[in-house]
Amino acid sequence: MDSKRLTIIATKGTLDWAYPPFILASTAAALGYQVTMFFTFYGLQLLKKKLDLKVSPLGNPGMPMPMAMNKWFPVLGTAMPGMETMMTAMMKNTIKSKGVATIEELRDLCLEADAKLIGCQMTIDLFDMKREDFIDNIDIGGAATYFEHAGEANVNLFI
Amino acid sequence: MSNFDQELDARGLNCPLPILRAKKTLNTMIGGQILKIMATDPGSVKDFEAFAKQTGNELLDSSELDGEFHFMLKKIA
Repeated sequence: MDSKRLTIIATKGTLDWAYPPFILASTAAALGYQVTMFFTFYGLQLLKKKLDLKVSPLGNPGMPMPMAMNKWFPVLGTAMPGMETMMTAMMKNTIKSKGVATIEELRDLCLEADAKLIGCQMTIDLFDMKREDFIDNIDIGGAATYFEHAGEANVNLFI
Repeated sequence: MSNFDQELDARGLNCPLPILRAKKTLNTMIGGQILKIMATDPGSVKDFEAFAKQTGNELLDSSELDGEFHFMLKKIA
């Protein structure tokens, strides 16, 4: 039986938005899918050797705030210095206490399951990123490389 | 349902870790062997049904006891 195939385009580089692509990719791999992930623009942050992902409450009214903070810090308050650092620390604590995997863990599971991770060449050039800042076991490619996989896949997601 | 070959404690772990750990453990087992999984994630009930359906591993039993979910998975031959 030919295994099913999944491709995901990961475009976001924040701690919260790092989860959907890696959760779906690792789960699909566990279900027997061949997985390809294409990281473009801010999504390339997810391929860094040293992940430094943050979550921002700024411009994110859907984000549940602990201790009714949104009541005391309406909109502009979320732009205060240190807010991002504080919310990131709180989110990381919650992730740990709820038994949710870390991004590093999910990424490792994807690699272990032979998911193909592709970094976008154009983005690397655009932002003057360095190849050595990224983990080793990835490919670098462009849109045509992505479609080589997407054209054969059963499921293609843009996140 | 007390006979099993391996046991996986996935208590306290959240989606998708119970499934991922189960898959990893199944990889170390041979066809026909039975894996017992304990979990506390309520979502794992539906997820293990879906996992079994899609991978061909057989979900022999799924039960709840005091907020814990127990599953028996038989590895596909």
